[in-house]
Amino acid sequence: MIDPVTLAVLKGRLEQIADEMDATLFRSAFNPIIAEAHDASHGLYDATTGATLIQGKSGLPIFVGAMSFAVKAVIEKVARDGDLAPGDVYIFNDPYDGGTHLSDFKLVRPYYHDGEVFCYLASVGHWHDVGGNVPGNYNPVATECFQEGMLIPPVKLFSKGELRQDIVDILAANSRLPGSLIGDLSGQINALDLGARRLAELLSEFSAATLTTVFAELQQRAAQLMRANIAELPDGKFSVDDWLDNDGVVDEPLKIALDLTIDGDVMSLDFSRSSPACAGPVNISRSTAIASVYVAIKHIFTDVPANAGVLEPINIIIPDGMLLSVTAPKPVGGYTETILRVIDNVHRAIAEVAPERSNACAYGTINALSLAGHRSDGRRWVMFSFFGGGHGGHPEGDGLNHGNAPISTATIPPAEILEAAYPVFFKQWALRPDSGGVGHNRGGLGAIYEIELLEQDADVFLFGERGRFDPPGVVAGGAGAGNRFYYQQADGMHSPAMGSKMVGVKLLRGQHLRLETPGGGGYGQALDREPERVAEDVRLGYVSVAAAKADYAVIVAADGTLDQAATAACRKDAKA
Amino acid sequence: MSQARKIVGVDVGGTFTDVFFLDESTGACTVAKVPTSKPDQSAGFLAGIKAEVADFADISTVIHGTTVATNALLEKKGAPTGIITTAGFRDTLEMRRRDRPHTWGLWGQFTPVVDRDMRLEVAERTLADGSCHTAVDPGEVEAAARQLLASGAEAVAIVFINAYANAANEQAALAAVKNVWPNDYVVTSHEILPEIREFERTSTTTLNAYLQPAIADYLRRLEGALGAENFAGEVLIVQSNGGVMSLDTACERPIRTALSGPAAGVIASAYIAGNAGFSNVITCDMGGTSFDVSLVVDGESALTTQASVDFGMVIRTPMIGMTTIGAGGGSIAWVDRGGLLQIGPESAGSDPGPVCYGAGNTRPTVTDANVVLGRINADRPIGGALERLDVDAARNAIMAAVGTPLGLDVMTAAEAIVRVANARMAGAIRLVSIERGHNPSDFVAMPFGGGGALHAGALIKDVGLKAAVVPLYPGVTSALGCTVADMRHDFVQTLNTMLDDLDTAALTVMIESFAATGHQLLAKAAVSFAGQSTVFALDMSYLGQTHTVDVTLPVDAAIDTDVIRSSFEARYRTVFGKPLSGIAIRVLNLRVAVIGHRNKLDLKLLAPKIAAGVDAQTGERAVWADGGWHQAAIYERPLLAVGATIAGPALLEQTDTTIFVDPGLSATVDQFGNLIIRQQD
Repeated sequence: MIDPVTLAVLKGRLEQIADEMDATLFRSAFNPIIAEAHDASHGLYDATTGATLIQGKSGLPIFVGAMSFAVKAVIEKVARDGDLAPGDVYIFNDPYDGGTHLSDFKLVRPYYHDGEVFCYLASVGHWHDVGGNVPGNYNPVATECFQEGMLIPPVKLFSKGELRQDIVDILAANSRLPGSLIGDLSGQINALDLGARRLAELLSEFSAATLTTVFAELQQRAAQLMRANIAELPDGKFSVDDWLDNDGVVDEPLKIALDLTIDGDVMSLDFSRSSPACAGPVNISRSTAIASVYVAIKHIFTDVPANAGVLEPINIIIPDGMLLSVTAPKPVGGYTETILRVIDNVHRAIAEVAPERSNACAYGTINALSLAGHRSDGRRWVMFSFFGGGHGGHPEGDGLNHGNAPISTATIPPAEILEAAYPVFFKQWALRPDSGGVGHNRGGLGAIYEIELLEQDADVFLFGERGRFDPPGVVAGGAGAGNRFYYQQADGMHSPAMGSKMVGVKLLRGQHLRLETPGGGGYGQALDREPERVAEDVRLGYVSVAAAKADYAVIVAADGTLDQAATAACRKDAKA
Repeated sequence: MSQARKIVGVDVGGTFTDVFFLDESTGACTVAKVPTSKPDQSAGFLAGIKAEVADFADISTVIHGTTVATNALLEKKGAPTGIITTAGFRDTLEMRRRDRPHTWGLWGQFTPVVDRDMRLEVAERTLADGSCHTAVDPGEVEAAARQLLASGAEAVAIVFINAYANAANEQAALAAVKNVWPNDYVVTSHEILPEIREFERTSTTTLNAYLQPAIADYLRRLEGALGAENFAGEVLIVQSNGGVMSLDTACERPIRTALSGPAAGVIASAYIAGNAGFSNVITCDMGGTSFDVSLVVDGESALTTQASVDFGMVIRTPMIGMTTIGAGGGSIAWVDRGGLLQIGPESAGSDPGPVCYGAGNTRPTVTDANVVLGRINADRPIGGALERLDVDAARNAIMAAVGTPLGLDVMTAAEAIVRVANARMAGAIRLVSIERGHNPSDFVAMPFGGGGALHAGALIKDVGLKAAVVPLYPGVTSALGCTVADMRHDFVQTLNTMLDDLDTAALTVMIESFAATGHQLLAKAAVSFAGQSTVFALDMSYLGQTHTVDVTLPVDAAIDTDVIRSSFEARYRTVFGKPLSGIAIRVLNLRVAVIGHRNKLDLKLLAPKIAAGVDAQTGERAVWADGGWHQAAIYERPLLAVGATIAGPALLEQTDTTIFVDPGLSATVDQFGNLIIRQQD
């Protein structure tokens, strides 16, 4: 039994090491996806199981669950090869073993103490371009991972402290942006070096046995905390179904189903009723699915720490060969869309059990939009960004307008930065009225982005979702408005045949695009929303006069003046 | 007038108004502490000065550190404000940078300070290259201004997209609004922040407008009240960047005071430590709810360019960098459901305050632990509002909330609270020192605020700092800082060009123009300076990087591309290691600072005039440390003579703080009256 002060102190010291590794990479990365969007993560992992011991708090939330699978993949490789040595660093991006998608490159480094592996340090970062058919690697029509980018299995980047330049050369030769790749790779190597230095300092102050005890205690306490959280939920079984629009290749909806069982202090999440693996890139590997469950759980129970103990009282059931458990070479590039749906399902199921703990669904798609072309002087340009939408209504109030995706903490580049870097011009960057799902607490508003092209021509790619199935509300709240995308051609405005996915549509100078992103789902009955709050929404232009009447049975003028008598009558009729 | 030789620093905090007096003719210094008056802070302000000065005509300069702007922002009590902006962009303020308040948990909300129906669009557009796509129609702008006035707006912000690249449309709109606007509270984004990034520029400009009526009203009232007392000198206001500005400038640019609260304390710390022979300092301000640390390297405060007062309330102006953690005296200790001891982030603040205050709080705080451990004298509470602290109540609360759940006795539990709080503070110090490549053994800690000096010794031990320097008046450090702060004006302009394409002649003209404006502002202030200086810097990066490094340029040499390139490479090496070759270099922003150096205070004047041999020891008390009781000598700090050395464990008491010298440490009074705490040899 370790004393409580040492435990609390060392928890802080260890977390600081992981946080500092995150910060080092964010500052030095070349690629904005890491530098600005923080699409990266670092931590310490168990020497024999790869289980997460400590992970940084500032990286991308999805990696908090996924990284242990990456370390596990290296541990298995090492067990097969039997040649692990101090100074080795493994690198790979295999998404089936290590989770997420090909863009995420993982570096895993054993940390030796007294001649034995004490733990592993790992770094993951989203590189700008890893080859494949589409710049930036969001290929909505991929049917094999080979069309999405290069696939590197765990190999030694460093062998006994020596950098293997041949590996770097292979990586660089397979990217459209080799400079960015090398910059990010250097940042990740530096972050691991820093982690090793800090851990050595800590081990000079505290014994290895003390640290090992702390790791075990933190796991056990995380499990205990999670059990206490689950025990507070009523027992029972709750089922929710949701759908992806399509896989980008075959235009058929794909089911993501969850049967949630609470039994005492154990929670089971059974995804068996979901669709089988699909042709297009919205598949995910089992490790990614488990990581997304972790993200969903931590959004509800925010006090649980980032270590493996949290999942100990949670059973996750996913049969082989499903959309949520694919293996090579099924394409997985659009994993973000699928994990957002998994998270939505968990939040909806918990809202059924304990409405005071959960929230309605957020906008549920990252909308990876890229415009690519050549300038008049021949230089190539690629503008690639993700766009925001509304968050779900929740017990404390309306959903946040224009938030980031629950799997990410990324901010969006300002319009001025995009306009300065690319030949585009934003005609509109605004909130989308009437897009929040109706409810006692309304869903947050999505956004409208309208982009005009200033150069000769450009190819447009979009990878989005929620074009056919709107973000659901909870506790009788309504769905948020779905995703809409329009692009101009000589004969007028068009929308993609696949809803929110399209490849290589040509846009000419002066033509424009319009992306309308989903709002969040509503929380609770719309007819329970206080008429004054509806009137305020109308005054602010969040809700139209017509929608106030149709959805909320509130009669209000455009300036927000409420007609009390007419509203009372209208509500009486609506409730009848 | 020539007799007016008193300089007065006034720092108005949430609870107390602290005043520092310096008589330049005699060199005498005195301090005063009075309760802050609410809601009008000027009453307490005058009362504080009157405590020591009979005739206001004797005062040459009053320097004011204020939290009026900070509080107005936190409490959302600015003026009704309107925004006039580019068609298609009225939601910029509300959409932010597409973020959320917390990484974990999706229950965030955000209410912008300007409602959506008070944000009006006009047809106008400038492109990123500065070319005008659509000229603004003054008639349309005037109509928008009239509509805002009719809706009750008292201030208005004009923010057009890409105005950093060409301000012509904003200037035309400003003229149009001024035709109809009844007051001076009209600001444009290119005046406040001519820097790329529309959200940050919109937020900063809007918050300036939002603050203007309230701040101008407060400062003019203060000016009038001082005038009515026969004061005929200059009033200066402390900015977030640690410099001061004139009262007139503060009325126009109140956003520059938004985070000035802690700035004066940092300036004072750098000054005091520098005089004492320490140029590398980590300042530690421990208040009721938070612990703020700031880094001073080679005598210079680290500045940062942006901060948020609250979620989505972004301010982009140069300000003293501050790292804050939720571990203050009022922070609550608790055991989570996993059995881990946690400190904060919940705080009992000063009302109801710690359990020992007896004002209704029953959850133990860090202060309660210090009381139980004997480190705070229960019979002599700081501030003087209470007769006695309730030690038994504190013991019971600690036992119930921490001791019983963890299976510890009350003393062990109280010490655990203090040690975990110390560990969190040590973490904050590591963050600003080790993580930025500094060696902690090169730094001293300077605690100020009421609680810091109790923890300073432990921080030396935990982080490996060289020493702790406890200033003579830890509780009025910020007021002292007001009197030594330089006058400073900052300017920024986005260039966004490749270094190879940079027009250095045009850049030189721009620099000279900013410098001239700055020097004019200094001249207007009617303050005598010991000297003036300027700082020119560029924000630069390699093409493709999104984070820039700040590159200071030589002031007295001609600026050409080679000078800029070598300065960038040198700076890059310091920040990131090896510079890169073969990648184009980008120049994002120009920054110019013009500084008027004020005459320095001779800190020796403050040194205690106590003859050696005076017995300062007032008794002894049992203090719990390192798992057991120790007999600690108690001293009256103001009675310690220069050169006095005290071995720990010891407690030094003074009206505004208590200093704990841990076992194994010793404390010496230096020639300025500072207490230097170090490890015993």
